[in-house]
This record gives sequence, C-alpha cells and structure tokens, in this order.
Amino acid sequence: MDYFIQQLINGVTLGAIYGLIAIGYTMVYGIIGMINFAHGDIYMIGAFISLVGFLLMGVLGISYLPLALFTVLLLSMLLTAVYGWAVERIAYRPLRGSFKLAPLISAIGMSIVLENYVQVAQGARVKPLPPIVHGGFELSAANADYHVTLSYLQVVIVLVTVGLMAGFTYVITRTPLGRAQRATEQDMTMASLLGVNVDRVVSTTFVLGAALAAVAGLMVTLYYGVIDFYIGFIAGMKAFTAAVLGGIGSLPGAMLGGLLIGLIEAFWSAYFSIEYKDVAVFSILVLVLIFRPTGLLGRPEIEKV
Amino acid sequence: MTAAAPPLLTVEHLTMRFGGLVAINDLSFTARQRQITAIIGPNGAGKTTVFNCLTGFYKPSVGRLTLTPPNNGGCFLLERMEGFRIAKDAGVARTFQNIRLFAGMSVLENLVVAQHNRLMRASAYSVAGLLGLNRYTRAERQAVELARYWLDRIELTGQADWAAGNLPYGSQRRLEIARAMCTEPCLLCLDEPAAGLNPRESAQLNELLLDIRGQHGIGLLLIEHDMSVVMQISDHVVVLDHGAPIAEGTPDMVSNDPAVIRAYLGAAEGEALPPDVAGGLPTAPPC
Repeated sequence: MDYFIQQLINGVTLGAIYGLIAIGYTMVYGIIGMINFAHGDIYMIGAFISLVGFLLMGVLGISYLPLALFTVLLLSMLLTAVYGWAVERIAYRPLRGSFKLAPLISAIGMSIVLENYVQVAQGARVKPLPPIVHGGFELSAANADYHVTLSYLQVVIVLVTVGLMAGFTYVITRTPLGRAQRATEQDMTMASLLGVNVDRVVSTTFVLGAALAAVAGLMVTLYYGVIDFYIGFIAGMKAFTAAVLGGIGSLPGAMLGGLLIGLIEAFWSAYFSIEYKDVAVFSILVLVLIFRPTGLLGRPEIEKV
Repeated sequence: MTAAAPPLLTVEHLTMRFGGLVAINDLSFTARQRQITAIIGPNGAGKTTVFNCLTGFYKPSVGRLTLTPPNNGGCFLLERMEGFRIAKDAGVARTFQNIRLFAGMSVLENLVVAQHNRLMRASAYSVAGLLGLNRYTRAERQAVELARYWLDRIELTGQADWAAGNLPYGSQRRLEIARAMCTEPCLLCLDEPAAGLNPRESAQLNELLLDIRGQHGIGLLLIEHDMSVVMQISDHVVVLDHGAPIAEGTPDMVSNDPAVIRAYLGAAEGEALPPDVAGGLPTAPPC
C-alpha cells in the first residue's frame, strides 16, 4: 500500500508536468488546426533558460529560495514566450492558408533547428543542476518497511500547476482574450470580420503555450536535476499523447490526459518494467487513436454536408 | 429619406477579375447614410463578390471603395485595409448567406465577442481582466447590457444561455444581425438576410431592419432575392447583371426599367412586355 501511494505521488507530479506541456499542443491545435511539433523543444528551451537562470542567481548571490525560484520562473516564462512567439512568426504564419501539411513540415524543421541550436550553443553533454529544494514530508509510520515521502518540490510542482491551470481556465472562459480565442477557434474569418485581430490572437496562443511549457521545463530541471538538448523530443511526444488522450483541442482534456499519462508511466515503471514505460505510454496513443479518436473529453467533429 | 443624404460608401469603378473571368465590371454606386441600399440581380450577377471586396476577402482588381463614417470626419479606403481593421476601425459589419455564428458559444457570448475591441482596450489586453479591475468590470457590464438590449430586440432573451447552434433557423438569422450590430458599425452589409425565412419571419425582419435604420442611424447595404423585402424597405436599388450595373434608382424606377425586366425575364430584344407582367414583377421573386 505504501509503495502504491508513493507511486501515486510520483505519477501526479509527472502528470502535472505533462499536463502543462500538453496545454500548448491542444491550444495550438484548437486554434489553427496544426500540431506544433516544435513545442517539446520550446519546453527544452525553457529548461535551459531556467538552468542558466539558477546559475545566474548563484552568481548574483541571491540565496533566498522563494525569491530565486520566482525570479527564475518569471525570467524563464518571459524568454521562452519570446521563443514561442518567434517560432510562430517565422515558421507558421507565412504558411497560413497554404496546404495543410506545410506548417506541419515546417514545425518538424523548427524542432530540429531548436535542438541543434541548443546543442551547438550549450554543448551536447548532460547538464546537471545540484538539488536546490531539499526535504519533504514523511508520510509513513517510522517503523514501516517502505518510506513514503512527499518532497517539498513535489508539493510546489503540483501547487504551481494547479494554480496555473486554474488561472488559465479563467483567462479562456472569462476574459475578452479568451473569448476572442474561442471565437477564432470556431471561425477565424468571422472573428476577423467582427474586428478581432486574428494574427494577434494566434500569437498570444503561442506565447501562452510557451510560457506554460517554460514552467514545465523549470520544474523538470529542479525535479530531475539533469537536462540535455534532447529532452524536448520524448517529453513533447508524451505530452502530445496526453493531449490526444484527453481529446485534442480540449483544455480540460489536456490536463486530464497529462495526469493519466503521468500515472500510467509511474505505475507501469513501478509494477511492470521501467524499460518499457515509454512503450506503455505510446501504446495508449495507438489505442486511443483506434478506439476513441476524439479522446476522453473531445467532441466529435461533425462533417456538415 | 431624401436622396441628398450625405454619402456613406462610395464605390468607384470597382472591377474584380478572377483570371479570365470578370465577376464585376466597372461598378459605381453610392450608398448614403441612413438609407437602405439594395443590390439585386439574377444569380451569379456578382452581388456577393461586391461584399467580399468591401469586407477585405478580395482585393479588387481595379476601383476605389471609400467609406465616410458620419461622425469622425475622416474617410477610409476599404480596398487598402486589412480584414479585421475594416470591422474595427472603419466600422463595416457583415452577415453571410449561410449563417456563420459561433455555434459552440452561447447566444449571449456571441454578442459579447463582437464587442471584443472595446473590451480589450478597457481590460488593457486582459491584464486588468485578470486582476478584476474596476474599469474592466464596468466595461464588461456595459457589453453585457448592450448584448441584452439586442437580445430583447430580436426576442431571444429567454434563450441567452443556449448554444447558438441549437437555435431555430430564423432566430439564428436574427442573432447574426444582432451580433453584427454589436460591433457598433456605421455600415451594415446583409447578404440575403431573408433567405429561408417564412413570410411572417420575413415581415419581422423588415421591421427590424427599418428599426435599425431609424434608431441607430446607420446605413444598410442589402443583397436580397426576396422582392417583398427589397421593394418594401429599400430607399435605393442597384441592379447588377453579369457583373455590370444595369440600373439604379428607387424601387419603383428600377422595377419598371426595361433593362431590369430583360435581365430577369430574358425577354427577346425589341419585344415589349405586356404592362401587367412588368408591373407584377416586384412581387414575384426571381429564382
């Protein structure tokens, strides 16, 4: 039982991170109907900016942890958002209105560009970051065989994720920006005829998605302590799976999908085989695509005749 | 309505070519403030193309489209503007032949989203909206009030929370007009607003359009096949055939114009129509 609870904690933490990345996939798909394959690499950029940020904090001698975390978080969100914006501006916007595959190919290209750029700029070796947030709660009795721990970092990750997702849901459902976003999603031309600057709405979507990915990047840097230029690929694929599982285009779906994928991965590693955890996750992708292509919360697309 | 009302939209020498096909050939007309101007013509005459040029879908091959809004003195050259600016800055709103509501959003939201630009400004691009600042909540309240006003006008107050796609057809048509009005335009372009309406709904529509002209003092540009609508409410009629203007004037003048009768009924050259056919034309919708 204790072992189960520990895996549950790990799974939720992992799920929170996947959920944050998945939102970027699902929003972009919702609004312009393309899979932004460079999104995983945006997350990797976020992780690297966070790493540099922490080193910078060290150099500047800011040792008060909450302040350092908050500063790095802001810095990372801001700079990564710029990357997200630039990717859309350079690689996708000129191709809007082109044939459907064009932006997809461009996205794959962008992904390779970002990976190689980081590889060249930062080196190919794994970058370590010594643990910054120590300690946690001991959840099991003192004499138990297996110790369940809930680290402070896990608490922070889940809390920040829940907070961001709540804020994000609020933006989408209640603010004029979110309304414009939903309108653009349903009918881009009509939204533009009502005076909505569609290009700006699309840009904002990319910026928001990138900012959330940056948070995920920061948390992964803290959680695992090692990053390299290639982490974006596999994490991006898993987040994409999460978005598909939840129903691509649906925001709560992305959050739910992320959580489920995190849990599946944690439990599979714990009870079956850690080597095959990726197989488990991607089998889900295949199964969902075969048996429920609209995902858990997605609405079926009704073809109008 | 006198013909001397100041011009709102001046179309000069508008020509639109698609490759070798000339969809509109040298069309010039003026739509005046506080008037309903109807564009009629047989199918394929290029009426919707005129709208598409006006609202930035097409860049005209030749021609100038000048909009002179009544209150701010300046004028806009529509053919040079980006799509969303035509709605935002110039104040041209449009509805479609096939309804294009945001089907998944509620009826009320459809009307609020049309007030996007005002709300964006009030909310400092959503920042104030997030913080729940006063200025924004006030703007939001005003937006909802305006939406409620229009819901009242089109008799949909009870269905405000319905998904727009679930409304009956006639209500969707009216909602589309209300949504266009929520952008607070100075020119409202309606593409076949009476299409698919039954006679009672169509009479309601006439009333609504006359109200809009009377109370809001904006100009309306109307494409319509339903002659009962065109003849009863328009102040000025432009007739197109094969992309070229063939007649222009008051509904009475146009309905007695031999060129118009020829375009609609295809009478042979030199053959005079019996007066009862020509007189009865307006009430029979040409399809």
